[in-house]
Amino acid sequence: MDDLRDKYLGLISGASDEATLEDLRVQAVGKKGEISLKMRELGKMSPEERQTAGPALNALKAEINSALLAKKAALEDAALDERLRGEWLDVTLPGRARRQGTIHPISQVTEEVTAIFADMGFAVAEGPQIDSDWYNFDALNIPGHHPARAEMDTFYMHRATGDNRPPHVLRTHTSPVQIRTMEKTGAPIRVIAPGRVYRADYDQTHTPMFHQVEGLAIDRDISMANLKWVLEEFVKAYFEVDDVELRFRASHFPFTEPSAEVDIRCSWEEGTLKVGEGDDWLEILGSGMVHPKVLENAGVNPDEWQGFAFGMGIDRIAMLKYGIPDLRAFFDSDLRWLRHYGFAALDVPTLHGGLS
Amino acid sequence: MKFTLSWLKDHLDTTATVDEITDALTDLGLEVEGVHNPAEALKAFTLAKVTHAEQHPDADRLRVCTVKTDEGEKQIVCGAPNAREQITVVLAKPGDYVPGIDVTLSVGNIRGVESHGMMASERELELSDEHDGIIELPSGEVGERFIDWLAQNDPAKVDPVIEIAITPNRPDALGVRGIARDLAARGLGTLKPREVDPVPAAFDAGMTVTIDDDTLDGCPLFCGRVIRGVKNGPSPKWLQDVLRAIGLRPINFLVDVTNFFTYDRNRPLHVFDLAKVQGDLRVHRAQGGEELLALDGKTYTFQPGQMVISDANGAESIAGIMGGDATGCTEETTDVFVESAYWNPVQIAYAGRALKINSDARYRFERGVDPAFTPEGLEHAVRMIVDNAGGEASEMIVAGAVPDTTRAYRLDPARVISLVGMDIPEDTQRATLTALGFELDGDQAYVPSWRPDVTGEADLVEEVARIASLTRLEGKPMPRAKAGVPKPILSPMQKRERAARRTAAALGYNECVTYSFIDQHSAALFGGGDDATMLANPISSEMSHMRPALLPGLLQAAARNQARGYMDLALFELGHVFSGGEPGEQHLMLSGLLVGRSGPKDVHGASRPVDVFDAKADAEAVLAAMGAPAKAQIRRGADEWWHPGRHGVICLGPKKVLGVFGELHPKVLKAMDVKGPAMAFTLWPEEIPMPRKTGATRPALALNDLQAVERDFAFVVDADVAALDLMNAAAGADKALIEDVRVFDEFIGGSLGEGKKSLAITVRLQPKDKTLKEAEIEAVAGKIVEKVQKATGGVLRG
Repeated sequence: MDDLRDKYLGLISGASDEATLEDLRVQAVGKKGEISLKMRELGKMSPEERQTAGPALNALKAEINSALLAKKAALEDAALDERLRGEWLDVTLPGRARRQGTIHPISQVTEEVTAIFADMGFAVAEGPQIDSDWYNFDALNIPGHHPARAEMDTFYMHRATGDNRPPHVLRTHTSPVQIRTMEKTGAPIRVIAPGRVYRADYDQTHTPMFHQVEGLAIDRDISMANLKWVLEEFVKAYFEVDDVELRFRASHFPFTEPSAEVDIRCSWEEGTLKVGEGDDWLEILGSGMVHPKVLENAGVNPDEWQGFAFGMGIDRIAMLKYGIPDLRAFFDSDLRWLRHYGFAALDVPTLHGGLS
Repeated sequence: MKFTLSWLKDHLDTTATVDEITDALTDLGLEVEGVHNPAEALKAFTLAKVTHAEQHPDADRLRVCTVKTDEGEKQIVCGAPNAREQITVVLAKPGDYVPGIDVTLSVGNIRGVESHGMMASERELELSDEHDGIIELPSGEVGERFIDWLAQNDPAKVDPVIEIAITPNRPDALGVRGIARDLAARGLGTLKPREVDPVPAAFDAGMTVTIDDDTLDGCPLFCGRVIRGVKNGPSPKWLQDVLRAIGLRPINFLVDVTNFFTYDRNRPLHVFDLAKVQGDLRVHRAQGGEELLALDGKTYTFQPGQMVISDANGAESIAGIMGGDATGCTEETTDVFVESAYWNPVQIAYAGRALKINSDARYRFERGVDPAFTPEGLEHAVRMIVDNAGGEASEMIVAGAVPDTTRAYRLDPARVISLVGMDIPEDTQRATLTALGFELDGDQAYVPSWRPDVTGEADLVEEVARIASLTRLEGKPMPRAKAGVPKPILSPMQKRERAARRTAAALGYNECVTYSFIDQHSAALFGGGDDATMLANPISSEMSHMRPALLPGLLQAAARNQARGYMDLALFELGHVFSGGEPGEQHLMLSGLLVGRSGPKDVHGASRPVDVFDAKADAEAVLAAMGAPAKAQIRRGADEWWHPGRHGVICLGPKKVLGVFGELHPKVLKAMDVKGPAMAFTLWPEEIPMPRKTGATRPALALNDLQAVERDFAFVVDADVAALDLMNAAAGADKALIEDVRVFDEFIGGSLGEGKKSLAITVRLQPKDKTLKEAEIEAVAGKIVEKVQKATGGVLRG
């Protein structure tokens, strides 16, 4: 018995593949295997002999079986190791390319501005880009002879012969949306109106199309001091600084009275703008209290309602915040520019997550 | 508007510094655009005296001078012919920057002789073009600063020049006195009185001026005086100096006087040479077609109704805009007629715009000069002419009368405080208005004649706020209209736009913002370019028409990028396009453009040319992000800029088109210089139906534990059968049981023969209440085959 045991355990441990192992299994514990045959002989034995031989044979069979299983597992492991050893890849090769899209800075900054003003209760209003001269000028207290008309470098639409209406214009500012909104909803109002505007001018800082955002707040007792606070809050949030000094300078716009141009304190160091520090002032927007005539033109009673309006360049504040040097490049769609100054698709500006 | 500090001080008694004045001006709404202080560049230079001069040992034209300076005697080599003993000179020392030659001096060695500085000429100090020799001063002590000497002896040379921007509402600030008045109201000094001492009339003018009845609304007042025996010539130095300082060229005294009062008092004047005027003057409206050679040397043709000043010879002056050349003053002029008139701003604005003349006179009259000052301004000018150029003056000829601009508005101090949000006491408000020339009578404020811009109570508020200083305004919180968490403010369309934009970017497209106007040729390729969308005054022919679509702009962008070597492009734009020229004829559109390959060449062989199905998948993804229904129809028949066989129109019924995808027509690409092929999609976000508002709750999820069964079928159909029709037919075989139908293979030609193809589909059956038996599956399969055959003529592939 011990011979049998030593023989098979030795053979099993020496087996080099699964086929050999299977042969050994058949030889040892298969139906006609050596151990099986021995077990058949048990019947011919005396009861006393059987008493000792039976359990011994069973134990031997169990031992052989578990040795077979263990060896099989060992062989499988060795085979897997061998296979994996051959499966080497140069993992420094690049992964499969995926296109990376971008959001244009104009869209991103418009969303940033919207997020800030939405928190202060401003909705987003829109209006036509081709507008009548009434909405673009007259309703805003800019009559036909007003020098501001000539100064705005207005684009006019072609008029067919026989059509004697004054030509429509490409809106020169987002201010006509003020009138349309007041007409539509009446007071009180809090809206911003971002969008494209047009002026016939072209150089490094002027393009014939650019973007403005208008702000309008009308209520019973809104003051210019409220305007200043709203703009201070906006500038702090937008430029992501704790404090910023705003300077209101008296100015003139036909549609506001009093009017103010607004500068922010800043510094320029080697072409980099820092908002809120330094000794320079940077003009960022025009604003004022809505002129009573404008309220009247839009059907809002100026004896009951008052409020402020402002307008600022989206492209301009985008350039300032993100250090983009040339306005013309905004509209050139140079892939290198879009990739460099663009924003990731999921980079949605929020007040709780941050604006940039 | 430019003026010098001394000019301002001529009207304003002040001790304020230049910085205080400029800060106040900007704050008052007279924005300082620049200050040029000539003393800045000259402050290093001191006076010195040449004590000895001798020939340079090695150069004929040079002299070696010993110069007495505040730092002792120095040796300086000088090439000026007037460098000689005993003259007082202006010394620049080593380390000083000399502006006229743009050099910072150092100790030099000129042909073997050391030179410790230089003696400057006027040109080297940018004082004039004089460079024949070095400056020789008639007085001055060694070591005295040159700018101190100039301030004493030639103050104009160190007079700071201030330039301010004037908003259109402030014509009064187009005269130095108006600026001084603002500063005085702010408390920066007191306005000096300026009385005129009219020249007594010595004779009868011997001529008349008439204003036609139909012209009185444009010219309510015309004043003039004749002066005889004037000696014209160059102006006195002070007058030449101030005009030069503000960038005007002195011409002759008579012309310079008119320019002076234009800037001093915003009072444009005109002087006719009486020897060239025939008979009387008449102010009237042009018939149209009259011509006049104006003082700028150009000939203008009047349009009917424009105002003209004529004599017996015809038109002599473009009223209120520019005088005529024929009657202009020259050095020989002796007898003149000085005109001071008031012209209606609106009429001058229209005439100036029509004639395209930008003159100082037009600029001022169209903004509004002080009508009441018309006669007085004339008296000032006549006084200056007679005092400086001699002669005798006639009595004043007056046609018309000073227009009555009397008006008053209520000053409501509480309203001022409410609008501005600043506590300005009532007496301060009243004092401000008084200082600006308003006359207060109770709560009524009478507007001074020089402030045409003040036309209501709001203007009084602005004046008070401006003088009180908006810089000092402090922000006050504006509470939310409703307390608490702010409500969302975006409209469903605005949310849709954002979802579309970010989805397109997530799909790998770069967002572009292209111009809303494009060239006619490109517009026409995409169904636009007609006259309705044409600009009347485009900035260039490349930007002549409003865009009918986004693809032309994107294709131009693609062509530019290809020219830079970037061939694989995925670009998109979301914006408005224009179907006409009326307000509201604009529509929101989103277009994506794919050119080149799906990605750069790579080791995985994944790079391939983009195709129609890339565009389709992206179009569908963006539509889904915008909330479009999943089931849409695809039909053909889109516009001609698409490849006729390779495009699809995504629609919800025959008229509800949500988008188009496909390959762009090769002709269009060629016309736009784009190397193709190019795939694209265009979507109309506004066309997608708004979902019915259902609240946030989702329907309950119905899960089924029964095993789903999938069966594959291959049908042979005609090659032009649409896969979508076949799938729809299969799905219709048992709407309850069939959960999904997918095409997984298309095989064309081969053993199937010409004009045939095989489409293989997988049908997924999802039982609801019990497991399917083989016989039930067979029954559904049979129905699928039957339906497909009926709808498409397809048969099972053997």
